[in-house]
Amino acid sequence: MTALPPYLHDIQREIEGYARDYGLDFWDVEFEILDYKKMQEVAAFGGFPVRYPHWRFGMEFEHLSKSHIYGFSKIYEMVINNNPAYAYLLEGNSLVDQKMVIAHVLGHCDFFKNNYFFSKTNRRMIDGMANHATRVRRHMERLGIEKVESFIDSCLCIENLIDPMSPFITRRAAERTDKQKQADESAAAEIPRIRAKSYMDKFINPPEYLEEQRRKIEREKEKPVKNPSEPERDVLLFLLQNAPLEGWERDILEIIREEAYYFAPQRQTKVLNEGWAAYWHSKIMTERALKASEIIDYADHNAGVLATAPGQWNPYKVGIELLRHVEERWDKGRFGSEWNDCQNLDERRNWDKRLGLGKKKIFEVRRLYSDVTFIDEFFTTDFCLQHKFFSFSLNERTGNYEIDSREFHKIKHKILFQLTNFGDPFIFVEDSNHENRGELLMRHRHEGTDLQGDHARGTLAALVRVWRRPVNLLTAIDGKPKILRYDGREHTEKSVG
Amino acid sequence: MALRIDPDHRRFRDIVRGKIKQDLRKYISQGELVGRKGKDMVSIPLPQINVPRFRFGSKDRGGVGQGQGEVGDALGKGEPGEEGAGKAGDQAGEHALEVELSLEELAQILGEELQLPNIEPKGKQRIISQKDRYVGIRRTGPESLRHFRRTFRQALRRQLMTGTYNAEKPIIVPVREDRRYRSWKTSPLPQSNAVMIFIMDVSGSMGDEQKEIVRIESFWIDTWLRSQYKGLESRYIIHDAVAKEVDRDTFFKTRESGGTMISSAYKLCAKMIEADFPPSEWNIYPFHFSDGDNWSVDDTVQCIELLKSQILSKVNLFCYGQVESPYGSGQFIKDLNEHFDEDDNLTVSEIKGKDSIMDSIRDFLGKGK
Repeated sequence: MTALPPYLHDIQREIEGYARDYGLDFWDVEFEILDYKKMQEVAAFGGFPVRYPHWRFGMEFEHLSKSHIYGFSKIYEMVINNNPAYAYLLEGNSLVDQKMVIAHVLGHCDFFKNNYFFSKTNRRMIDGMANHATRVRRHMERLGIEKVESFIDSCLCIENLIDPMSPFITRRAAERTDKQKQADESAAAEIPRIRAKSYMDKFINPPEYLEEQRRKIEREKEKPVKNPSEPERDVLLFLLQNAPLEGWERDILEIIREEAYYFAPQRQTKVLNEGWAAYWHSKIMTERALKASEIIDYADHNAGVLATAPGQWNPYKVGIELLRHVEERWDKGRFGSEWNDCQNLDERRNWDKRLGLGKKKIFEVRRLYSDVTFIDEFFTTDFCLQHKFFSFSLNERTGNYEIDSREFHKIKHKILFQLTNFGDPFIFVEDSNHENRGELLMRHRHEGTDLQGDHARGTLAALVRVWRRPVNLLTAIDGKPKILRYDGREHTEKSVG
Repeated sequence: MALRIDPDHRRFRDIVRGKIKQDLRKYISQGELVGRKGKDMVSIPLPQINVPRFRFGSKDRGGVGQGQGEVGDALGKGEPGEEGAGKAGDQAGEHALEVELSLEELAQILGEELQLPNIEPKGKQRIISQKDRYVGIRRTGPESLRHFRRTFRQALRRQLMTGTYNAEKPIIVPVREDRRYRSWKTSPLPQSNAVMIFIMDVSGSMGDEQKEIVRIESFWIDTWLRSQYKGLESRYIIHDAVAKEVDRDTFFKTRESGGTMISSAYKLCAKMIEADFPPSEWNIYPFHFSDGDNWSVDDTVQCIELLKSQILSKVNLFCYGQVESPYGSGQFIKDLNEHFDEDDNLTVSEIKGKDSIMDSIRDFLGKGK
């Protein structure tokens, strides 16, 4: 790694100045220049200089090197959400590319610092990752690589089973205090009576009835408390608290969970974050930083970043276009009931109240929105039409992907479906003592799409590795409710209900 | 430069090797590799190695795109853009794995899987002369080997890069990282002390399938032995009623037909050994593949005579592989079994089909003679 040479350092300062003028607000950024090999390494590590040892980083590296050799892809920019932020420039890129990347990175840094969804992330993750690496290495030295690695494999199968919103919400009421508990108990000790006039009481609440109520309460008390009391979406947390893990296993699972939560906001805000960065690199470059001689190269590379092939969803492009759309709407006052109710096409086309609220609005969007809410609120019919969106699906007869609709509702529904929970199914822990045999019962909240069978079975096997008892998954296949079960030896599938 | 990711990458390659080992039979019996040379890279498509997750089935795959087109227009086969909306992110994309290996590596894996013994060189131990040549440049080394010009070139490059070079006052000051040293390479003088003689029956009774099997098998034997001996020689003989020596390409590609006189090939083989490969200095491995349908009993007798008197005493191991064929009588292997017992350095193997190529290779090379 090489520190920035003086001329690039000057450029960084210059562009940071422009960015601050526009109102961007970011932590210090440490740029480093990497050659392409090193760049691929860092990219394979998810942007970090060090990660815990695992073959999947090696696989990613192999893939990146191949794509590089065959010219499929080139990594332009990488930036870590950290304070100070770390970002990388590719050695040998032209000056205009470096400028563009610096501007783009500043957009990301502003987003990391100010977007609500990032507010709970570890801003010292660069150290965090290094610590994780050390911890895992220590376990490997003690227990052997194979053993630890295979447990990491199992944990990775379930790393997406987290509750991304949990840092922001208290899901459960806090543990009741002793006083409250006592109060609860004394209340429970009293057998509830049906209200009656005193002279009617022994008819309305006869001794048999009271006896029955008392027994009912007692039975209620004896009933084992269900664990979890509510379905739990943070499966990793549940396993950490309840699975019979050895010390090192708990440590590994904690590491995986911590990293999953660290990366979650980046997955939640892909479109908005990339759109925001693209918006600002484009603005900074075209309005301030570009020299006349650089325009052609800039335009060429920018076009590459924002290109879409048919059937491709480019978060950079969708994000920047939607942000510009929002800015225009709020600049021209195209919002509110007056705008929504207006049916006159001509009037709508020329609607301009000259409010100039656009910039304020997009900064608000960058602060408060995630991809789901961003699309949900601002992806309008107008935008959909204007930018020629379509939805496509596989035509099984021809084996081709075909455009299946240009209907606004269908398209929007599809986008939202694919963004919700990162396009993954919702899985909950239902019961840790299923059928009173210490088996784990999970539930897939079926919303119309079946799980992929082989993957589901593989994941169950990983869960059994962690839980050490059979694991059941309640799901549905072809519309019929089923329980998939794995007991460590064989997979079974059972119809229910 | 050593990268931090190297251990992970190695680990991944190990896993891949394991996967290849599992399915070795499949790759070995593929004809496409035949005819390639040792350093050639071979692309092996592997099923994806990915961690299973709870995720949606592929039935509902599709997504949202942008651009021109009517409803019903095709966007192209297979996976468009691969990643649907929202799927993009820090997660690795899904990609079928294409692993590249050199043939040598593949032969190495084959050897491990079949537990082939590493073959001991025979004969008088040749003293391999080694030669040191200064051919490379390193970053470390004794000061006496410092490469002046390269060191200064490096320093100049660094100064240019960091912008501290001043063309007016071109003073180059090398720092420690700039220093370059000469380094040497020790190369053994090439010596070849093993030869393979491949003999293939290309007579009419050998169908295309049989020839294919022979080609695949001899190809892998060739590749394996090459990984064992440096500078291995190989010679190729094809025969129907008459035998002739051909080059490697012809051997792997030729299609002929005619009668079968195995003795013709053995004669040629014996002559070849006589002329070029004195057995005191050479490890000799003849491999003969046929469907075992010889022309006449007389000729078979002659073959056995030739083997006994001229060939077996000179070679390390004579391998006879008989490919099962719907036409041939398959008599020859029985004749051989009758006249030679296990102690002789003659190995026979019956190859029933592509799937038993691996077993046959083990029959031949498992002895490590």
